[in-house]
Amino acid sequence: MPLRTKDLLGIEDLSLDQIQLILETAESFREISTRPIKKVPTLRGKTVINLFFEASTRTRTSFEIAAKRLSADAVNISPSTSSVLKGETLFDTAKNLEAMAPDVIVIRHSSAGAPHQLARVCSASIVNAGDGAHEHPTQALLDAFTILEHKKKLRGLKVAIIGDIAHSRVARSNCWLLGKMGAQVTVCGPPTLLPLEFEKTIRLCQPASMSPSEGRVCGSLKVTHEMDEALQGADVVMMLRIQLERQREAFFPSIREYFRYYGLSARRLKGAKPDAIIMHPGPINRGVEIDSEVADGPYSVILDQVTSGVAVRMAILFLLAGTKESEVEQRT
Amino acid sequence: MNVREKAQIMTAPEIERTLVRLAHEIVERNNGTKNLALIGIRRRGVPLAERLARSIREFEKVQVPVGYLDINLYRDDLSTVATQPVIQSTEIHFPLNDTNVVLIDDVLYTGRTVRAAMDALLDYGRPRSIQLCALIDRGHRELPIQANYVGKYVQTTENEIIEVKLPEIDQQECVLLVEKVQ
Repeated sequence: MPLRTKDLLGIEDLSLDQIQLILETAESFREISTRPIKKVPTLRGKTVINLFFEASTRTRTSFEIAAKRLSADAVNISPSTSSVLKGETLFDTAKNLEAMAPDVIVIRHSSAGAPHQLARVCSASIVNAGDGAHEHPTQALLDAFTILEHKKKLRGLKVAIIGDIAHSRVARSNCWLLGKMGAQVTVCGPPTLLPLEFEKTIRLCQPASMSPSEGRVCGSLKVTHEMDEALQGADVVMMLRIQLERQREAFFPSIREYFRYYGLSARRLKGAKPDAIIMHPGPINRGVEIDSEVADGPYSVILDQVTSGVAVRMAILFLLAGTKESEVEQRT
Repeated sequence: MNVREKAQIMTAPEIERTLVRLAHEIVERNNGTKNLALIGIRRRGVPLAERLARSIREFEKVQVPVGYLDINLYRDDLSTVATQPVIQSTEIHFPLNDTNVVLIDDVLYTGRTVRAAMDALLDYGRPRSIQLCALIDRGHRELPIQANYVGKYVQTTENEIIEVKLPEIDQQECVLLVEKVQ
């Protein structure tokens, strides 16, 4: 079964079938990372370029490990050591990389839409590893994969996403993905970091473009500025990183005040379901958006998310670079 | 692709009788069930491996370990097949080191599946031996591979297909010889 897309640019354009194919394939890849020899020869001879214009440990390492466990060759490029410093444009960098015939280019860029630009000019598959405040599709997929691992389903699940929603590509990708999978999502943050009209930017059900079967599983999206309201009865609590570098822009008066209103402490968590799982895309700021007691607590699945990331990214690389069009024959 | 049924090669009772014989052959050749493990190649090798293990349990009163192997990640034609295979999980929940592994598959044809299965197995450990059991051997090998246990040899042309149908997957049980028609 093919994914039927050259690139993975965002969750918004993915159908429910495509999402489920990625998650099911990832489920089969999970076991590879538990073997004594953590490698299969599937993508032997394929080249994956990691082109990261923004800092990253988890995502870049995760893509690199995923590529290597599939026997693909992974090459990492960061702007501080590349010709980007000499003023080369994104377009020229891409055309030059393309000339070396990679099969997949994984890109993270501070500008929304950069991967889409690349996808138009490159014949290699482009994977969006985060573009500005727009989307971070592989993070949302690994979040869904982690939730499924612990809760077995997404439909009807209450998910609270709390923090800097306005600047978060993780929140946007998750709203689309969890919504398509039928979860009831509540986003929560201070008014300066969560515009009131936010839900209008995430249109979940578009009957014109989606099949009726997809319409039926559409979840809901709610916006609130009260953390206790978001936590009430939640099965999943997803905390977002407060980008401390934005503190200068004065979105909130002080870190202490932010933690008091929007930080996750054990006391606060009592409003959620007793078995609610705690998620965070990382890197976490202890004592800013999440207390160490909660981050390291028994219901924290933050490190499971990192483990899931490798399986999900292996699935994506396999589905994008695994096969070519040709004849099929009986092989027994 | 359209196919036309040409002949029924085995009925359900014949398959059952053949599996009982294969189970005895496997135990005989390995001098018992010590260090013996059966590994079914997905998909139809899986129910066959389970039935062989059940049969061995009945006459030896021993449960031999059974594992399941998905070989799609090890195929040599991944970059040429039109339809991407659905990847299923491999489940081998016992150490392979020093075991005598019997790979189980429904049809032995080009030998490429078995090559992939052996590569996959060796990533899990170092078995003392790998043996091969196929319900049907239809010839046309493209690699130097031979089965240790064969249910039935069937002469075929390249244009024909052997269809093994098992109740666990196909809701019926028989082996058919069908022909591709243009």
